[in-house]
Amino acid sequence: MSRSPDRAMRLAFAFAFAALLPMSGIAMDGIGRAATPDEIKAWDIDVRPDFTGLPAGSGTVAEGEVLWEAKCASCHGSFGESNSVFAPLVGGVSKKDLETGRSATLASDSPTRTALSMSPTVSTLWDYINRAMPWNAPQSLSTNEVYAAVAYLLNLSDIVPADFTLDQNSIREVQKRMPNRNGMVEFSGLWNRKGKSDVIAVACMKDCAKTAAISSFLPDFARNAHGNLALQSREWGPVRGANTEVAAGTGATAPIKIAAKAVSAAATTKKLADGKGCLACHGLANKVVGPGFTDVAGKYKGDAAAQKKLEVKVKAGGAGVWGDIPMPPQAGLSDADATAIVQWILNGAAAE
Amino acid sequence: MTDRVDGLGRIRPAPESFLTQSQIAEVSAGRRDFLRKAMLAASASAGAPAAIAAAGSDPAILDKQPWGTTLGKPVASDLYGMPSKYESNLVRRESPGLASVGGASVAFTPLQGLFGIITPSGLHFERHHQGWQDVNPSKHRLMINGLVKTPKVYTMDDLLRFPSVSRIHFLECGANSAMEWANTAVPTVQYTHGMLSCSEWTGVPLRLLLEDCGIDLKKAKYVYGEGADGSHQNRTIPLEWALDDVLVAYGQNGEMLRPQQGYPLRLVVPGGQGVSWIKYLRRIEVGDQRWNTKDETLHYADLMPDGTTRQYTPVQEAKSVITSPSGGQVILDKGQHTITGLAWSGRGKIKRVDVSVDGGRNWQTASLGSLVLDKALTRFQLPWKWDGGPALLQSRAIDETGYVQPQMRQLREVRGTRMVYHNNAIQTWKVTETGEVFNVQIA
Ligand code: HEC
Ligand code: HEC
Repeated sequence: MSRSPDRAMRLAFAFAFAALLPMSGIAMDGIGRAATPDEIKAWDIDVRPDFTGLPAGSGTVAEGEVLWEAKCASCHGSFGESNSVFAPLVGGVSKKDLETGRSATLASDSPTRTALSMSPTVSTLWDYINRAMPWNAPQSLSTNEVYAAVAYLLNLSDIVPADFTLDQNSIREVQKRMPNRNGMVEFSGLWNRKGKSDVIAVACMKDCAKTAAISSFLPDFARNAHGNLALQSREWGPVRGANTEVAAGTGATAPIKIAAKAVSAAATTKKLADGKGCLACHGLANKVVGPGFTDVAGKYKGDAAAQKKLEVKVKAGGAGVWGDIPMPPQAGLSDADATAIVQWILNGAAAE
Repeated sequence: MTDRVDGLGRIRPAPESFLTQSQIAEVSAGRRDFLRKAMLAASASAGAPAAIAAAGSDPAILDKQPWGTTLGKPVASDLYGMPSKYESNLVRRESPGLASVGGASVAFTPLQGLFGIITPSGLHFERHHQGWQDVNPSKHRLMINGLVKTPKVYTMDDLLRFPSVSRIHFLECGANSAMEWANTAVPTVQYTHGMLSCSEWTGVPLRLLLEDCGIDLKKAKYVYGEGADGSHQNRTIPLEWALDDVLVAYGQNGEMLRPQQGYPLRLVVPGGQGVSWIKYLRRIEVGDQRWNTKDETLHYADLMPDGTTRQYTPVQEAKSVITSPSGGQVILDKGQHTITGLAWSGRGKIKRVDVSVDGGRNWQTASLGSLVLDKALTRFQLPWKWDGGPALLQSRAIDETGYVQPQMRQLREVRGTRMVYHNNAIQTWKVTETGEVFNVQIA
């Protein structure tokens, strides 16, 4: 196992960096082992802008559409437009942008920032979908499915036609049409810690600014939007949290000790469900991947057998009741937690 | 407020608990005898001699307390120690305005209540892109490949055989204060600045591992890190930086990393945006081109006023904030106080911090804490006598390169208002006559 670079390299290394690093010159013998080719193949998944790392394969727009509906649309919307929960993937791209390589929207007063309007490189989309999507089942797509998903997104932005097949050759042509391929700039001032900033201020000490007019503040109606701030600072000390349940500037804003609000049982169970990952796929009231929990409560209203049945279903997983998408087995869930969460769901899945 | 208090130590915290809202209103309106009566009532009900209490003695001293008159709890009644129950308000919190899915969200550090420069590990802010995992260290591996002579695999057991280095560094999310780029958006320092923490990190210098694999320094230009969790988070790091002080860390504040911080292994990239500090680190690749990953292209890239986007801007510039008194708090009494806060710079040490109480017209130099470390949080303080009038509190950091923390206006002049990242503007807290402190921006 060659544990150190050859002598010449080691010398070059020492010259270049000895001043910076006290560790240089420490040779550690025989710790770790050489990686096998199979191991490298399994983990070396990155795809660079020059397509180094891109595996062979292909996918069509039509295949992508089917895949999208099944595995992506629940979170991102049928046309990648959803921005209710996540950043929109598609939108903000015009025909002209494909020629100029500059997303015009990004220079406008209200820029439409989407994956397609921002990305200078198609490799970025391929690499990311392959490594991380679908969000709740990362690395479950085949290589061809990743090609298909990318093809579909490109078609939704009119970068490729509806009969397009994306593969490791055609992707190079796509790169020449990426809408923001010329939109990125370098700024060494913030890339390198020795770089110089573009914002230069001076440290004046006396009679500096003439006025200090307040240009922005929080409106009164937002006073309690983050919860009662009296409960977010220490309850003793010379400075305490303001009681935001009463109006600012009234005598009642003087610090008072507020009994900590009892956390409701529903809130505790919601937190438990969140901790167990249920809320990644279920909204309280809306469908995400699985049904909204209030819909589940509605369906089984008055069904005395539902509690037991659903406890079993949650732990074992299954499909067909709400659609074709299966719920994976929630195997790590204890019986007690399953009981508590299902009870909470059937009672209407209250947040508070 | 002004009537209620004559000076430090005269008001008794205890009776407040007994005041009703209407009594408080009257006290604030100047009816001082209410306070005295309430005190009497409080002491009487607590069984203290009323005459002594009336003479100004403190029932907290006169009365015997349960902790002094009973047997305390045994050792090991709490196997992993937790803070006092009186500190339960100081926890990580999500901002209701942010992402609605917990797996791709942020929970902020309660800076308003912390001392010194170290963030307790349990209060270190959380930012996950695809939830957090509790990775089994026996099954965790680190692979190093790319432009190296021998691509290698290390187990956790292997990594602990290398000599370790421990260093204190801040960790700030690139999007810290992002919500404030266009206007004031959130009330407290927890939400304005709480994607900020500082820990002692322990691990192996990345350089040592790269040497161990025989890095090809003739061809290598960049280093890439990748996580083992579902996001398989990936980022490009300049080679020079990677060889300088980047750590492959397993330790945080004397124990192992917390799962939310990447247990059992993460990158420590001193001075760099949090997103570069890859959690659950499983692979390092050495390369000659940048990777253009999602989080250096679609996000963590800076939209400039002309519609171009700056890519690869990991350096966190000098910044500071007053943590007490700060937004959403109330100063109880006028008189002597201490303004305190934190300053930090991704380019090195903090050289000086100035504080203004008049919205930036005049500045005084604050004193720095005893630990002024490279790319670490630095505590500053300035004694301040509050006269009960309105005030605009600001702090301004200057780092060892001479860089001066800018006003919001100066940042916007160059970078516009459509940025998400790199908001290191001077923060303004407005103090009103009632002692309430508000988050504001000044023109
Ligand atoms: C369970 C919800 C969910 C599903 C299903 C899902 N995604 Fe995502 N997706 C997300 C979330 C959340 C993010 C943002 C992750 C982050 O914050 O880093 C995201 C990010 C993305 C991005 C990057 C966009 C950006 O601006 O960050 C792309 C591209 C993407 N998803 C494609 C897909 C594709 C293709 C599929 C189907 C194969 C899919 N997603 C399925 C939730 C989902
Ligand atoms: C990966 C996504 C996913 C996760 C995580 C998930 N579910 Fe589901 N869940 C689904 C889907 C999809 C269905 C619909 C299955 C069907 O049609 O039969 C479903 C259905 C359900 C139902 C209704 C079952 C029925 O037969 O009517 C309940 C109750 C439920 N989930 C509870 C939970 C709980 C509790 C958790 C967390 C422990 C959880 N789910 C985690 C995807 C998920």
